[in-house]
Amino acid sequence: MPKDYGIGASSKRREDVRFLTGRGQYTDDLSIQGQAHAVMVRSNVAHGKIVSIDTSAAAAMPGVLAVFTGEDFKDVGGNPAGWLIKSRNGEPMREPKRPVLAHGKVRHVGDAYAAVIAETYEQAKAAAQQLADDTVIDELPAIIDMKAAAADASNRVHDEIPDNICFDWGWIEDNRAATDAVFKSAPHVTTLELVNNRLVPNAMEPRASIGEYFPGTGDYKLTTTSQNPHLTRLLVAAFVMGIPENKLTVVAPDVGGGFGSKIYHYGEEALVLAAAKKLARPVRWTAERSESFLSDAHGRDHVTKIELACEKDGTFLAFRTETYANVGAYLSNFSTATPTFLHGTLMAGPYKVPHVYVNVKTIFTNTAPVDAYRGAGRPEATFSLERVVDKMCRELNLDPFEVRRKNFITPDMFPYTTPVGLVYDTGNYQATLAKAIEIADVAGFDKRATESKARGKLRGMGLSTWIEACGIAPSHLVGVLGSRVGLYDAATVRVNATGNISVMVGAHSHGQGHETVFPQIVAERLGVPESSVEIVHGDTSKIPFGMGSYGSRSLAVCGVAMNKAIDKIVAKGKKIAAHMLEASEGDITFEDGKFSVAGTDKAKTFGEIAFSAYVPHNYPLETLEPGLEETAFYDPANFTYPAGAYICEVELDPDTGKVDVVAFHCADDFGNIMNPMIVEGQVHGGVGQGIGQALLENTVYDENGQLLTGSFMDYAMPRAADVPFYNVDYSCQTPCTHNPLGVKGCGEAGAIGSPPAVVNAVIDALHRGGITHVSHINMPVSPGRVWQAING
Amino acid sequence: MTKLSMTVNGKAVSGEVEGRTLLVQFLRETLHLTGTHVGCDTSQCGACTVHVNGKSVKSCTVFAADVAGAEVTTIEGMANADGSLSVIQQAFQDCHGLQCGFCTPGMVMASAALLADNPHPTEAEVRHGLEGNICRCTGYHNIVKAVLTASGQTVAAE
Amino acid sequence: MQNFDFVKPSTIAEAVKALNSGDAQALSGGQTLIATMKQGLAGAETLVSLTGIAEMKGVSSAGGKLSIGAATPHATVAREAASAYPALAKLAGGIGDPQVRNRGTVGGSLANNDPAACYPSAALASGATIVTDRREIAADDYFQGLFATALEEGEIITKVIFPIPEKAAYIKFEQPASRFALTGVFVAKFAGGVRVAVTGASNDGVFRWTEAEKALSANFSPTALSGLSVDAGNMITDLHGTAEYRANLVKVLTARAVGAA
Repeated sequence: MPKDYGIGASSKRREDVRFLTGRGQYTDDLSIQGQAHAVMVRSNVAHGKIVSIDTSAAAAMPGVLAVFTGEDFKDVGGNPAGWLIKSRNGEPMREPKRPVLAHGKVRHVGDAYAAVIAETYEQAKAAAQQLADDTVIDELPAIIDMKAAAADASNRVHDEIPDNICFDWGWIEDNRAATDAVFKSAPHVTTLELVNNRLVPNAMEPRASIGEYFPGTGDYKLTTTSQNPHLTRLLVAAFVMGIPENKLTVVAPDVGGGFGSKIYHYGEEALVLAAAKKLARPVRWTAERSESFLSDAHGRDHVTKIELACEKDGTFLAFRTETYANVGAYLSNFSTATPTFLHGTLMAGPYKVPHVYVNVKTIFTNTAPVDAYRGAGRPEATFSLERVVDKMCRELNLDPFEVRRKNFITPDMFPYTTPVGLVYDTGNYQATLAKAIEIADVAGFDKRATESKARGKLRGMGLSTWIEACGIAPSHLVGVLGSRVGLYDAATVRVNATGNISVMVGAHSHGQGHETVFPQIVAERLGVPESSVEIVHGDTSKIPFGMGSYGSRSLAVCGVAMNKAIDKIVAKGKKIAAHMLEASEGDITFEDGKFSVAGTDKAKTFGEIAFSAYVPHNYPLETLEPGLEETAFYDPANFTYPAGAYICEVELDPDTGKVDVVAFHCADDFGNIMNPMIVEGQVHGGVGQGIGQALLENTVYDENGQLLTGSFMDYAMPRAADVPFYNVDYSCQTPCTHNPLGVKGCGEAGAIGSPPAVVNAVIDALHRGGITHVSHINMPVSPGRVWQAING
Repeated sequence: MTKLSMTVNGKAVSGEVEGRTLLVQFLRETLHLTGTHVGCDTSQCGACTVHVNGKSVKSCTVFAADVAGAEVTTIEGMANADGSLSVIQQAFQDCHGLQCGFCTPGMVMASAALLADNPHPTEAEVRHGLEGNICRCTGYHNIVKAVLTASGQTVAAE
Repeated sequence: MQNFDFVKPSTIAEAVKALNSGDAQALSGGQTLIATMKQGLAGAETLVSLTGIAEMKGVSSAGGKLSIGAATPHATVAREAASAYPALAKLAGGIGDPQVRNRGTVGGSLANNDPAACYPSAALASGATIVTDRREIAADDYFQGLFATALEEGEIITKVIFPIPEKAAYIKFEQPASRFALTGVFVAKFAGGVRVAVTGASNDGVFRWTEAEKALSANFSPTALSGLSVDAGNMITDLHGTAEYRANLVKVLTARAVGAA
C-alpha cells in the first residue's frame, strides 16, 4: 500500500487548483494602477556600429513618456558573469561589459539598444518602430561560425578581444600529456565529430518584468519571471544599478517554466526599474515570443571532436575531447560555467576510465547569449560519451550492453574519484542497466523489429547510460573553480501560534511542485497534516537568502536546509516540552507529532508546544527565547550523482527519413523519492525535451546572423503526437550519502540521458536495415537529414 | 473605439474595443480574465485557447469585434457551478497533467473541445487532437493520460 | 498592429461594396492574415470580415459535384464532406490543428495561396471551379505562383465547386514546426484521367505533376510511378529539406496517395 501522505506519497499538487481554474498569477497577469508600457527597440542586424539614434520623433509621438538608449546606462554597471574561468595558460577569461542597453555597437539580432515607455503598449510599439527608423547603424560583417571566428582576428565581436575567444580551457591540464600518450599506443581509437545543436528554451511563459519605484521611501520593487529572485536582486542591486540591496524587493510570482532561461538577469529588468524611477510610475514589459527567440539565453551549441581509446575488447583507456562552445555575443550569468565545470567534470561518465582530457574553447559570436538550459553541460558531455561509445561498439562489433557493464564503476568502488575532479559518493550502474533491459523487454526486440519491417519500417534500439552532477553546489569547491557566488540555500520554518506552519524557502517553484512536496517533508517530520503547512517562495522580502531553483537543487539543497531548520524546531520543542512536563530535556522524545517523556504517558502535542512558545506563560524565559521559528542554511558537502540507463526504440521510414520514437524506457537512480508522481513527471518532461533536441529542435542563424528559426513556425517544438508514453522506473535507489534526505535530484535527468539514446537507436535502425555507411547524423535527426544520410 | 457585447462564461459583458483588439486582449485587459494566456505570436502554442459558440479557437488569432454577440467560455468558466473542479480539471490534477501551469488553461479548453467531439478517443486521437497546444514541461505523457482518464478510460501505459 | 475599421457585412454584395471603397482588406478565418498583421506585413484602413455572410457558408453535393461556401471552416468541411468526398474531408481535417480548423476557411486558404497550404492541391487535382463575386475561374487558371492568384483587387471567392473523383487521396508530409505541408500530394482519379497536384514542394507553388498523371491514367497503381523521376531543379530548399529531398517526397507521397485512394 503506497503511503498517502508525507515522504514518499504521491500527494496531489495543491498549486494545480489555481492553475486549472485560471487563477494563477503570472507576471503579465498583474495589473498595477498607473502602469506604463515598455517596448524594447532591438537590432535587426547581427553586428553593427550605432552611428546615431534620433529619439526626437519617437519621443513626440502620442502617449510616449520616455525614451531610453544605451547612453542612459553607460555609467551604470554591466550584467556580470558569475564564474571566472582561466585559460590553459593561466590567463583569466575575457569579460566584455554587458550593458543594460547596447551602446556603441549592436552585437546580435535582437540586441536591445533602446526602449520606449508609453501610456499604452500599442503607443510604445509604434514609437519603437519610429525610433528604429530613426536609427543609423553601420552594418559590420557578422561573426557566426565559431571556428572561423577564432581563426580571423580582423573581425571582432568585442573590439578588445582580438580572436573572439573568451577562454581556452583544459581539464585537467595536468592530465593532458598522459592522456595523449595513451592515444599514441592504444589498440583502438574511435573518433567522432559531432554537433550538440543549439536550442531555444521556450518556457511557455515569455519573460516579463514590472518595475515599481516608491518615491516616499526610495524603495524599488521588481516583479519578474525569475527562477531565483534573490540572485536577481543581488545582480541588479550590487552589479548593475547600484541600488542598495535592502531598497529593492524582487518578486517572482507564478512563473511559467524556466529550464534555465529564467535563472539569468536580463537588461529589461534593469530598464523597467530605471524607467519606473524616472517616471515615478510602474513600468511593465512583456516579451513577445519572437523577442524570446531573439533575446532569451539559448542552450547547448557545442561543436565537439571526441576520441575514445580502448582495448580491442572494449575496455576504455581514455577519452579526449576538443570542443568549441558558443557563448554568443555577451557572457550570460552562468555561461562560462556551463561548458566547463558542468561539462568537463562529467566526461568520465559512469565509467572507470583512467585518463580523460577535455579542451573547451568558448567563442564570442554575433548571436544571442548561450547559457544553461535543462541539464546544462551535462547533456553535452553525455551525448559525446554515449555516441562515441556506441560508435566504438559498432567498429569493434561489440555488444553495447556488455561494453557498458565491462566499464562501469562497480558498487564496491564508491566513493570513487574520477580523473576529471569529482568524487561520486554512491551509485549502482549495473542495477539501473539491468532494470532498463528488463523493462524495455530487450529480449523481445527482434520480434518487434520483424513486425516493423512488415510495415516497411526499420526498427532500432539505442542505449544511453548517463550520470550527472547536480544538487548544485558545494560552495568551497565551486569557489576554487571560479564561482563568484556561493551555492547554498536557506529555509525558515515558522510555526505559527495556532500550530500551523509557514515555510519560507530560497528555492523557487516554476513547475516543480515545491508547494506540495516541501510540506510532505514537514508533515512527515513534525507529524502534522500536509494541509497545515504552507510554502512561501519567490519574494525577497519574505524569504531568506537562497539561490533559487536550477541544477536539480531544490530538494537536494533547499530541501535539506528546510530539514535542518526542522531539526532545530524539534530541538527547541523538546526544551519547551521538558519545561512544561517537568522532565529533563534528554528524556524527551518526539514522535508522531508528540513530545513525550520517555517511559511515561506524559506528553504534549506539537500544537500545545507551539501555543506555549507564543503565549509563554509557563515557559523557561530565562533560558529560552519565545517563539518557534528557525532558519537554516545548507551548503552541500558534495554534488549529488543521479544516474540511469535509458533505452529508446525508434521506427524509421527509409523512404521519407521520418523517425518515430515508439518506446522510451528510463531506469533511474535518484536516491530517495519524496513524491513519486512528481518524479515521474519531471522525467517525462526531461525526456520530452531530449526527444525534441534529438529529432526536432534546431536554432539556425544564417551567415548574416539572421535567426532563421525565430518562431514556432520554424523552430519545431515537440507536440503530443511527436512523443510516446514513457516508461519510467526509479526503483533502483542508492541514497545520497551526504545529505540527510538521501535525495539526488531528478529535474534534468531526462534531458541529459535521452538524446544519445534516440540517436543511437536511429543509427541502429539504419544498420539493421543494411544501411551501414552511416555512422552518425547530427541532431536534430530530421527526416531530411536521415534521407540525405541514406542517399548521400 | 466601438462598443462590443458578448456573453462570457454565461454572463453578458461589454466593453470598448478598437478594430485591432484581439479577443484575448478583450478577455485579459478589459474583462481581467487573465487565465487565458498568450504564449506566442504565430498562433501555434494554443495557450490562449477559448471556446466560441462551443468551438475551440485561439483567442490571439480572432478579432474581438468578429465574435460580437458570441458565447465565449474561458478557463474561468470551466469549474462546476459549486466551484469544484470539473471532470477534466480534476483529471489533470489527478494525473499530474500540469507543471508550470502556463499552457494549462489552453490545454484544458482544447481537451474539453476534443472530448465534446469525440467522447472516447484513442491515445492517438488525443495526441492528434492536442496538436494545437504546446507544453514544455510534461512531455505530454500525463496530459494525454488526463484526457483519456477524463473520458472514463483507464490508461494502460504507465 | 496598425489599427483599422472593422466591418462585418452580412451579404456578399455588402462585402464587395466595402472592399471596393478605399483601402480595404478581406478577412476570412484570419488564421494566416492576423499573424501576418501582427508582424506588420499586412494591414489596411478597413478590414472586411467575411465570417458573417450566411450565403458563403455550407457544404452541399449534387450531380457529382461538391460545393463549399468560401467562408466554411475546415472543421465543417471535414465533417460534412466526409461521405461525398472523403479525401477532401480528410484533407480539411488535417489542416493546422483543431482550433485553426474551427476558424480557417477554404476561401481564405485559396485566396492566400500559401505555397505550403493543403487546399490548393485539392482544388488543382480536383479541377475545381473557384467562384467569385463576379466570375468562375478554373483551378488550372487560378494558381499563379507563390501567394499569387487570378483574383483581382477587391474580388472575393464566394464558393468552390469540386468535381468528385472516382478515387482520391491526399498525403501530407508535415513540416515539423508549422505543421504546414513540407510536401503534400493530392491524387484524383476521374473517368477521364488522373490528376496529381503537389503542394509545399515547388518554388512556383502548387503544381500538377503531369508525367505522373499520364502514367497513372494508363495504370492507376503505385508501380506505374517507378520509372519516373521528379526534377529537383525548381524545388524549395529550406531548413526542413533540400530540393532533392522534396523531389523524393513528391514521388514517395504520390505512390502512397495512389495506394490509399
